[in-house]
This record gives sequence, C-alpha cells and structure tokens, in this order.
Amino acid sequence: MTDPRVGILALQGAVEKHARHLEAVGASPHSVLLPGDLDRLDAIVLPGGESTTISRLLRTSGLFEPLKAFMEERPVLATCAGMILLAKEVDNLPYETFGLLDISVDRNAWGRQIFSFHENIPWMKDADPLKAVFIRAPRVVRMGDGVELLSSYKGEAVAVRQGNLVALAFHPELTEDSRVHRWWVEGIKP
Amino acid sequence: MNVSTFEEKVGLAEMLKGGVIMDVTNAEQAKIAEDAGAAAVMALERIPSDIRADGGIARMSDPKMIKEIQAQVSIPVMAKCRIGHISEARILEALEVDFIDESEVLTPADEANHVWKHDFKVPFVCGCRDLGEALRRIGEGAAMIRTKGEAGTGNIVEAVRHMRAVVGGIRRLTQLDAGELMAEAKNLGAPFEIVKQIAETGKLPVPNFSAGGVATPADAALMRELGAEAVFVGSGIFKSSDPELMAKSIVEAVTHWQDADRLVRISEGLGQAMRGLDMAEIPEEQVLQTRGW
Repeated sequence: MTDPRVGILALQGAVEKHARHLEAVGASPHSVLLPGDLDRLDAIVLPGGESTTISRLLRTSGLFEPLKAFMEERPVLATCAGMILLAKEVDNLPYETFGLLDISVDRNAWGRQIFSFHENIPWMKDADPLKAVFIRAPRVVRMGDGVELLSSYKGEAVAVRQGNLVALAFHPELTEDSRVHRWWVEGIKP
Repeated sequence: MNVSTFEEKVGLAEMLKGGVIMDVTNAEQAKIAEDAGAAAVMALERIPSDIRADGGIARMSDPKMIKEIQAQVSIPVMAKCRIGHISEARILEALEVDFIDESEVLTPADEANHVWKHDFKVPFVCGCRDLGEALRRIGEGAAMIRTKGEAGTGNIVEAVRHMRAVVGGIRRLTQLDAGELMAEAKNLGAPFEIVKQIAETGKLPVPNFSAGGVATPADAALMRELGAEAVFVGSGIFKSSDPELMAKSIVEAVTHWQDADRLVRISEGLGQAMRGLDMAEIPEEQVLQTRGW
C-alpha cells in the first residue's frame, strides 16, 4: 500500500511542522498553493497561521472554491486558524469561511500572545495525556448536533469531529508527540 | 497552567511564517495592512526612512498610538524598544503587544548589553548581521531572528548580505566535526550549546525572518529564495506611490515566491516603489545596522 498523499495548505503559517509529523507517521506531505496542487491528494491539513492572511490568499490563489469542494468529501485536519476557516460562524473575521463545520468560534478568545499557554489534555483513551499548545487560540462557543467532542480543557471543547472533518484549537504540530497525526492518518488510510 | 513559556513564544513566530509583517504608524495604515493580508503589524511612530531623515533620538512609540492600532486590527501587533531599554520593554509588555522588536532602528539605550529576554512573558525578535549575532540574541532569549539589513533605504543589498551570512554560517556548522565546534563557537562569539545544536539540526532553533530594505515583491521573493521564512517590510509600503497595492503584492510574492510567472503578474503596474538610498550615500554615523553587537 502506498503512503497516503496529504496536502498541507501552504499559503501562510506553520506548514513544515505538520510536514515533519506527517512523514513520521507514514504519510507523504505535499504543499498546496494553487488549485492544481489538489490533484491526486487523499486528504488535507489546514495549518495554523493568521486566518485573515490565509483567507485573503485563498481568494487571490483561486483556491477557495476548489478546496471547499475537496473538503466536502475528503478527510481534513484543521488546527487553530484552520479551525476558524472551517467553522460555520466566526466573530470578527472580515471574510466568509468555508462554513463546513457546524461550530461557532471566537478568534483569539484566550487573549493576546502573553496569555498563550500549554497544558495537558486527555487524548482518546490514552493513559498519557497530550500536551496541547494554545497560541492566540480560538474558542469554540457553540457545537452543532452533528459535532462530536474529541477532547476538552477546563470544560471547553478544544478538539472536535464532524464526519470527515477534525478541528483542533491547539497545535499538535508544535510538540514532539505525533499521536494526533498518527491517529488521523490511520483513519484516512483506504 | 504554563503561560507564555519559550515554547509559546517560538510558537507564535512559527504561525507568522510565510507572512509579511508591515510597519504602520497609525490605525488607518494598520487597517490597510490587515486588509492587504499582513500576518502582523509593527506599530511605530515614524517609519525608518523618516527616522533617518529626521535625525535626533528615536524612542519607543506613544502607548496611545499602539493601543489605537491594537483596537483596530485582529492580527498580532508588534512594537519596538531601544536596544537594552529594559523599561521600554516592560511598558510594551504591559501593553500586551504580541512581540517586541529590540531594534537598531531606534537609538540604542545600552551600548554594551541587550535586554535579557528570558525574563519576559512577551516574545522578542532581534536583528542580526551574521550567525554569531543571531546566536547571541537567541542565547538572551529571542524567539525570532531577522536580518538587520539597512532599514529605511529601500535597498536590499544589506539584507542579502546578512541572510547569506546567517545561512552560510549554519551550513558551515553542519560540516564541522565535533572537535571543531568549540573553536567555531569562539570565532562566532556564540553560546556553545546553541552552536552544537545547530551543527546537529542544520537550522536555527527559532524562525529566521528578513528585514531591512525590502521595497518590491521581487525583493521579498529574493529573501525567501535565500532562506527567509517571512519578511518584514518597513518603509517599502507606505513610501511607495500606491501603498495598498504594494502591500497586497508583497504578501502574494512572499507566498508564491517560487512561481516566476505569477511574480510577473504580481509585479506589474505597481507604480513607484520608494526611491531608495545607495549605501555609499549614507554617512557612516547614520548606518543603523552597526548598532548592537
């Protein structure tokens, strides 16, 4: 079986850290900058970065519509800004999001950079907790009925799933622990 | 809860990769920058080319102006303190700016010491001209490194020199054997542990950005080509004839720097870039990059 081909939206943000984890768990990462880059991909990662910047570049690159169509069918792992882009409702973002994930989020709701933090959270049924790094992170303020909670911190949803879409408010790519990527890649193998 | 450790500081720098950080002097410019796709803004009272023209002592900006910019935009807001000015840095931290640039563009407050950045919750970015300088700043706690270039000139030549020095210095470290690393650390004037780490990994432990002299999309693409992971643009935007268009174009060039056909379209019809200064026109005492060590 060949390694799954996983795109990483590479318009702006923490691209290479995701690539490193994907390689570590047996997936083949590919940068996505233009619509043609979506050809022959099995799944895609929407990385962290600045959601306003990425939103604008999604328009100028012509990627918005083709990527949306791709994500309606294929597995998606979205972190931080990626979660914002997937969400149905976002406060204070001057761009339309993909709106595929039935949640509402507040941007930068944990505060400015000096309040960014990391903390252990439960992950699946693992005995070891997962170190979750939150950087000017979004907060999930509403979850639709079809949205499943994967993990929470202090009663707040920080990892959710709806069908083929997984969204995290934190950054699994910033630690050395590849468990999140391994779990997600296992789930996308044909 | 582990708040704002070195990990979160470097984490924000990671999020800025592939982006453009734009100098802005008021809320209106900040809005233009955000709408054009800036990944962050640098709030300062005068852009470097005006600081250069005005002379005198350049200091931290008025907190009122920084607050107005923070209220205007949702992207990270950075601000500059003078080299070694611990109290300006404390004020900027209390303002909750997202990054402090301990910058040679302002007049240094301490000619011997830079700020000990590990003591702060807010992350710092510092300029460098070569690998040794980069590693001294990282040793003091900088979470991001940028080339100094020569700010306010619209001339890319110094940023190129500095980026090549940093990247070349890293490449050299990876080719040395273990027994040569201490001598190289001595030559570089750099902390040995960081030298050793780079010899093993082949890269800086923090993101490596470029600043100082970017005036066109092609300049920004060039810095990406040479290894910059993101680009600061100071005078290049608001000293051009069409700042909004220049800002948008530089944002696109930083993303699509490998796509020459796209760079053609991005570079078309931008109007006048900032006039710019040749290095030979700058008297030695007005050179900014030699501030700090």
